[in-house]
Amino acid sequence: MLPNLSHEEILRYSRHLLIPEVGLEGQRKLKAASILVIGTGGLGSPVSLYLAAAGVGHIGLVDYDVVDSSNLQRQVIHGTASVGELKVESARRRMLDLNPGIEVEVYNEPFTSENAMRIAADYDVIIDGTDNFPTRYLSNDVCVLLGKPNVYGSIFRFEGQASVFDARRGPCYRCLFPEPPPPGMVPSCAEGGVLGVLPGTIGTIQATEALKLVLGIGEPLIGRLLLYNALDMTFDFVNLKKNPKCKICSPNPEITELIDYEAFCGVPGHDHEEGSAGKEWDISATELAQKLKNGARLRLIDVREPHELEISQIPGAQLIPLGQLAARLSELDSAEEIVLFCKAGTRSARALEVLLSAGFRKVKNLKGGINAWAREVDPSLPIY
Amino acid sequence: MATIRIPTPLRPYTNGRSDLTVSGGTIGQVLDNLVQQYPALRAHIFNENGELRPFVNLFIGEDNINDLQGTHTPVKEEDRILLIPSIAGG
Repeated sequence: MLPNLSHEEILRYSRHLLIPEVGLEGQRKLKAASILVIGTGGLGSPVSLYLAAAGVGHIGLVDYDVVDSSNLQRQVIHGTASVGELKVESARRRMLDLNPGIEVEVYNEPFTSENAMRIAADYDVIIDGTDNFPTRYLSNDVCVLLGKPNVYGSIFRFEGQASVFDARRGPCYRCLFPEPPPPGMVPSCAEGGVLGVLPGTIGTIQATEALKLVLGIGEPLIGRLLLYNALDMTFDFVNLKKNPKCKICSPNPEITELIDYEAFCGVPGHDHEEGSAGKEWDISATELAQKLKNGARLRLIDVREPHELEISQIPGAQLIPLGQLAARLSELDSAEEIVLFCKAGTRSARALEVLLSAGFRKVKNLKGGINAWAREVDPSLPIY
Repeated sequence: MATIRIPTPLRPYTNGRSDLTVSGGTIGQVLDNLVQQYPALRAHIFNENGELRPFVNLFIGEDNINDLQGTHTPVKEEDRILLIPSIAGG
């Protein structure tokens, strides 16, 4: 039995009721529906706003983070006044302001193998708006095991992907990507950046697909992958087929329960830059400043990209972008003491691996990068 | 020659270029020629044993080469090859 609409709701949703494909019955389906949005960031912002506005009756939000001012360039569900507040609370307030007639359930916790099945069990549709590989594989596996559609979206710089993975009717995420990339090979948005409006485009596509699934109308993105490039303004579609050897959705799956996804991907289940190369290789900004003050002979190597020099610099540093490092090792002397740095320590940790594997031993990684230097040593520099 | 489209995350290794024309009669030959022209790409497409990395997907037109003849899939002059990496941002 679908719930009825009040007069107030009929007025609110009148533009939906006018579309024959939605109509009164469709709007009642939306009111009865429950959709879980994993991640309340770039993708989760437009997804949650539009689902709330559309009148989806029960919306769940999973996120454990707090709003940071560097989020606001793209995470439009939050505002300046919400900086420091829990993302799920900030998002819920905005959604209920937009539409007080819906229910928003918040899960202020990371989405993990321990809680994922419990959280997802009650929802009809799951939306993957996460920002890291472990949680993407987890979202996929939960959906396959529970038999639910996973509305996928992913972004990087100017490029976006979207699909609907529903293993009952088509391929899953693992059919397309059986294994994650090796740690560090694909940069995250925290490292590589993202055009702020890009998650708006991909997130609204995810919201559209979720509404279509609930309404049972149109052609869902099942078995198709959308590739969007904002720079070229191109939309490409490719066909996805079920992988007969898929480890989770083939007839004889290897994976029959949730696994340890951080171990599987070799990276943490979040996109925060931590930037440590391991204690024995790290040097803090304060220690580095002390060494330089004491006249230590150090070679400072900045492995960021040239355009980042306009934001901040450490005097005396030489720029060798990470991507060029392997080809420019001849510029370095392994007898010298070398300190590598980047924005927050992630890329320089990878640069350190490059040098170690080339036989360098007198190498350190500036923990927390130039941002830590700005905090601890030179407050005249901006943090980005 | 077929056109191969390079996704944003790999463009640093192709001098920022997005669409490259590369010769070759099969996907395998096209990829060999591609990494010869842009050696920095090699490690991102092939593993140490010279096999395609499992997180790199190649589509010819709209079809995954894994659903065709893999790296032996024939390539025609007018073909457009899409290189699709996994990205995780959100």
